Amino acid sequence: MSGPQSAGPIGRGLPRRETERLVRGRGRYGDDIVLPRMLHAAFVRSPHAHARIEHIEATAAAASTGVVRVLTGADIAAVCKPWVSKAENRATHRSGVQHAMPADRVVWQGEPVAVVLARSRAEAEDAAELVEVEWGPLPVVAEAAQALAADAPVIHPELGDNLAFEHHQVQGDVDAAFAAADRVIERRLRFGRQTAMTLEPRVVVADYDPAAEHLTVWHSHQSPYQMQDVFSRLLGIPEHRVRVVTPDVGGAFGAKINVYPDEMSAVAASVLLGRPVKFCADRLESFVSDIHSRDHEVVARIALDADGDVLAIDVDDLVSLGAFTPYMRFSISEALMVAMWTAAPYRMGAYRARGRVAYVNKPPVGMFRGVGMPVACAAGELLIDDAARALGEDPAAYRRRLYIADDAYPTRTASGMAVERMTLVRCLDALLEVSDYARLRAEQARLRERGVYRGIGLATVIEPSAFGPAYYGPTGARISVQDGSTVKLEPSGVVRCVTSVTDQGQGTLTGLAQIVASQLGVEPEAVEVVAGDSAVTPYGGGAWASRGMAIGGQATLDAAAALRANVLALAAGVLQTRAEALDLGDGQVRDAATGEARIALAEVARLAYFRQDLLPPGVQPELAVTRHFVPKGSLYYLSNGIQLCHLELDPETGAVRLLGHWAAEDCGRIVNRLLVDEQVRGGIAQGLAAAFWEHCRYDAEGQLLNASLADYLVPTACDLPDIAVTHVETPLADTTLGAKGVGEAGTIGAIGAAWTAVNDALAALGAVATEQPFTPASLLRALRER
Amino acid sequence: MSTDEARRRIRLEVNGETIEQEVAVRRHLADFLRLDLGLTGTHLGCEHGVCGACTVLVDGEPVRGCLMLAVQADGARVETVEGVTERGALADLQRAFVARNAAQCGFCSAGMLLTAASLLERTEAPDRDLIRAHLSGNLCRCTGYQSIVDAVEATWAARRAERAP
Amino acid sequence: MKAPAFDYARPETLEEVHALLAEHGDDARILAGGQSLMPTLALRLSGPALLVDVNRIPGLGAIEARGDGLQIGALARHAAVLASPLVAARAPVLTRALPHVGHVAIRSRGTFGGSIALADPAAEIPACALALEAEVVLEGADGSRVVPAADFFLGLYETAREPDEVVTAVRLPSQAGRRFGFAELARRHGDFALAGIAASARLDHDDRVTELRLVCFGCADRAVLADSAAARALGRRLDAATIAEVAAGLGADVEPIPSPEADAETRLHWARVLTARVLGALPTTPEVDA
Ligand SMILES: Cc1cc2nc3c(=O)[nH]c(=O)nc-3n(C[C@H](O)[C@H](O)[C@H](O)COP(=O)(O)OP(=O)(O)OC[C@H]3O[C@@H](n4cnc5c(N)ncnc54)[C@H](O)[C@@H]3O)c2cc1C
Ligand code: FES
Ligand code: FES
Repeated sequence: MSGPQSAGPIGRGLPRRETERLVRGRGRYGDDIVLPRMLHAAFVRSPHAHARIEHIEATAAAASTGVVRVLTGADIAAVCKPWVSKAENRATHRSGVQHAMPADRVVWQGEPVAVVLARSRAEAEDAAELVEVEWGPLPVVAEAAQALAADAPVIHPELGDNLAFEHHQVQGDVDAAFAAADRVIERRLRFGRQTAMTLEPRVVVADYDPAAEHLTVWHSHQSPYQMQDVFSRLLGIPEHRVRVVTPDVGGAFGAKINVYPDEMSAVAASVLLGRPVKFCADRLESFVSDIHSRDHEVVARIALDADGDVLAIDVDDLVSLGAFTPYMRFSISEALMVAMWTAAPYRMGAYRARGRVAYVNKPPVGMFRGVGMPVACAAGELLIDDAARALGEDPAAYRRRLYIADDAYPTRTASGMAVERMTLVRCLDALLEVSDYARLRAEQARLRERGVYRGIGLATVIEPSAFGPAYYGPTGARISVQDGSTVKLEPSGVVRCVTSVTDQGQGTLTGLAQIVASQLGVEPEAVEVVAGDSAVTPYGGGAWASRGMAIGGQATLDAAAALRANVLALAAGVLQTRAEALDLGDGQVRDAATGEARIALAEVARLAYFRQDLLPPGVQPELAVTRHFVPKGSLYYLSNGIQLCHLELDPETGAVRLLGHWAAEDCGRIVNRLLVDEQVRGGIAQGLAAAFWEHCRYDAEGQLLNASLADYLVPTACDLPDIAVTHVETPLADTTLGAKGVGEAGTIGAIGAAWTAVNDALAALGAVATEQPFTPASLLRALRER
Repeated sequence: MSTDEARRRIRLEVNGETIEQEVAVRRHLADFLRLDLGLTGTHLGCEHGVCGACTVLVDGEPVRGCLMLAVQADGARVETVEGVTERGALADLQRAFVARNAAQCGFCSAGMLLTAASLLERTEAPDRDLIRAHLSGNLCRCTGYQSIVDAVEATWAARRAERAP
Repeated sequence: MKAPAFDYARPETLEEVHALLAEHGDDARILAGGQSLMPTLALRLSGPALLVDVNRIPGLGAIEARGDGLQIGALARHAAVLASPLVAARAPVLTRALPHVGHVAIRSRGTFGGSIALADPAAEIPACALALEAEVVLEGADGSRVVPAADFFLGLYETAREPDEVVTAVRLPSQAGRRFGFAELARRHGDFALAGIAASARLDHDDRVTELRLVCFGCADRAVLADSAAARALGRRLDAATIAEVAAGLGADVEPIPSPEADAETRLHWARVLTARVLGALPTTPEVDA
């Protein structure tokens, strides 16, 4: 396999191709799909966080105008098997049985218990209001600490208690290190619940044809392959008769990789009724049925010696997970990531972490951009910042001093994680330069004399991306960590790439076109990429864990390189020369030495497809090639970077104004800088959103207090700052493409950078923030408690 | 559609075409455009007035399509992203959105474009804070807004330069 | 999130409105800009049987001079009020406050009268009405009456409007010689206020306060005139000591209620901070010309 042929189209900042359509109103999203005889689903959801379903009375609803059927848990159970989300290799992971709709007991507010199918969504909602459920309220546990108490009500009685998962990560003698410490700093940190709030809510349009025993599902989802497998197994339909198509997807961010009970119910309803069924979550139900993220409470300690070196770090993380570990990725990584990666950039003597995940009566925390890593990042960075402050050292200089050196690789983190390569120092240098850190600090000091409180916060980012077979394989989950692409030369000399990679706005497919173009010597415009149809494309993972370019890009590079070799061999036969003497460029087969055009690519294709009679005897043209790629050596590809957040605190009101944000990022080979930068910006925006605004606020009864977009505050164009992104480019050694993940780094670092910046501003007033989000009220509280 | 539900006949201009038809009075304008006329370029992100994905132009003004009943648009001139695109009225801004990658998933884009439209007519030099304030009623979950602000700023500046003598 | 079914009427005269309201009583709701009513329908928080759309009643949207004062028709859109040079000249506090009311598209439709009638405790327009000493014009089946803003806002979404009455206009007396201040704290741009202050004042040639109307909104169950606190400033210059006394006195006038965002104490604290900022800026703010 060869590497990228030339700088050529790789590295060019080409606009994303889908954008042309999308900004002209030609997108086709799930809710835009309308089928003949299609019914609309509206769910009846539990108002209680924990209750028995005593009785469901649906007579009036069934008789309501436009209603075709009302289905409850028992009806759905007749065609849809329940599931258990269990990581087989994790002995301490325990999981309850989840039904598409429970028949006897609900375990979170918003869990669906009945579904109305009607001719319009409005009529379905009218009828849903008429469904009467008799509830037998049960005691609620809303917080992990409460859930793990000895006398807590147990959410999954078959498990005995509410502990979903426990993990210990220990290197060295932490207790001895703390006993010997010159200085110990301890922080208790609360990370709020955020939700992905994709602007397009979740949508599924299912069309089961009983005659053909064939199910087609248009699904606003990141992985049509995963869902093909899930629908096939849970609904008992042979896999080749299940086709899942992902149309344009209006944002996903991890939320749309999970398996949702309401979506399963809607698809099951189509099977039961033999008619198309659409379920499009409305915004209110999104808040109580989409996965949430984080909800951690972390106690973190750092032990320092007299020189300010780190003797040890000790982390205790507790996650209020929700009522289930969501199918199919368990969400135990919320705690695993914290245990494995807290303070990972730094050298230290010993390390210990305990992670515990508890079932509580809330919606499940699931996959969302960063999965646990924002917590790991913030917890570690806050400790390092506190240490720097205590020692009177500049936080940037202190980081540089403690970083694992750029030439120390391969190595392991203090927590024991393998690291092939990082560029911590180079990224720090790049960041300090673009942000003009020295000037920011000088200005901060000057303004402070005038009573202006600015904060400058740093957060070093590690992004484990593109998790490989060693991570998911042993869990037993049917999660494919490979991706595949078919690259095909069309008769007129243009190219199609059919790929398992999916794209919800990241621009990965444009990058794939660039890769194909680089191999075949054509312009990227001559390459069309087809994706998102489980019946058509090679099997793969789809989009998650920032893998599209790292894994799918390599598969595509391999396929395109193989096609290139086939084209050159064929051309060599026609031209009576050796393939090695030929090259491809500008749509021509060229003499490799002189660059002289010998035969057009289109002519090679024409001969191959229509004039086989002219080919040398025995030559079989193969102008469509499929290759798959799976990461071999490593558990993950590691990207790294660092962010700086600059803000101003109004100490009288507690209000914060964001002034600017910078990021330096090393995500390996950059295929398309324009798109990569926007991934970083978008990720930072979501992290800042969590840091300052977004919070699913629950009361002790497990009721979501702000379940509307008016009350759940998503930042607007006025609230977020401009974000400058710079790069250090260290291609991954594992693959010829050399790309690593970049989709999550922004979110991973932004909460930590915001937090250290807030603390930097508060420190001048002797205060510290211990919970996010940082709201005017919470910062005033921090100032009062100083 | 139910028989006992109140309906009215309305006549309005949508993207230059005269439309006359019955509509359920409870149906909001965005649903009328999407479901009755197939104009799916207008999106629904919240249906309670917060996200701006449903923004359309009514008599030239940006309006929340989910906060206006279709019957209220009787007699009005409505324009959606499809109409604006065909008229070419925002072709420059659309090109800038593409060039600057100001759309990722694209779900917010129609609303952003139509809301931004009125800014492009302004004669003073572009002002990023003003652009941000003007777009503050349109949520974007993917971009963090900077690329959108860039695209609007560039288009505003280009139009201004074109108008200059 | 589809609204429940309802019927819809689009009267073209106030008489027709009154007839419909009389006939349907509590089952009918007036629909003006819809920017507050439509979300409650979508959320199915209210289910009126009939919406009475007043948008086609001629003449209700005018913004016009009335003597040295102003009359703003109930159907005047926020955008129109914001863009009006007459408003900017005669009631500049509205021009200051309106950019804080929602966003561009909300202001295209939302109406002045709708905001007055709704009486949201955190809304800017009712607070400005109090600072401007406005009067609300109400027309019922039996005739019209004029209610001073100070008597109009009674509580949480509660006003002196009778169910059969329509808010038709808001009248502002001449503001000549007044200076205005406005500040609010909101979580995001365009949100309802966490706390806000609107103020109008007259200062004598010696910069001493001869009149101060201090309105606190977003704090209590409605926008509140903090008269006793304001009285502390009378006859004095707005120096640091005076300002501190006024701000400290706010608690006597304003009964803050806790919100999910903050406890009562914190809301009052914000109101005090904003009071100090608004008062501090008043002496350098130009007066409204006669
Ligand atoms: C996203 C968003 C953000 C917003 N932010 C703000 C904000 O920051 N500050 C703010 O003040 N407002 C805000 N609003 C509300 C907006 O200003 C509304 O326009 C206003 O509160 C109500 O005016 P309306 O004309 O839309 O009234 P409608 O929604 O039509 O009616 C509101 C209520 O008043 C009654 N009513 C309306 N007009 C009359 C009348 N003439 N006589 C008698 N009764 C009448 C109606 O029956 C209804 O009960 C926001 C709205 C949205 C959707
Ligand atoms: S859908 Fe209308 S504002 Fe969100
Ligand atoms: S591009 Fe996805 S919401 Fe804006």
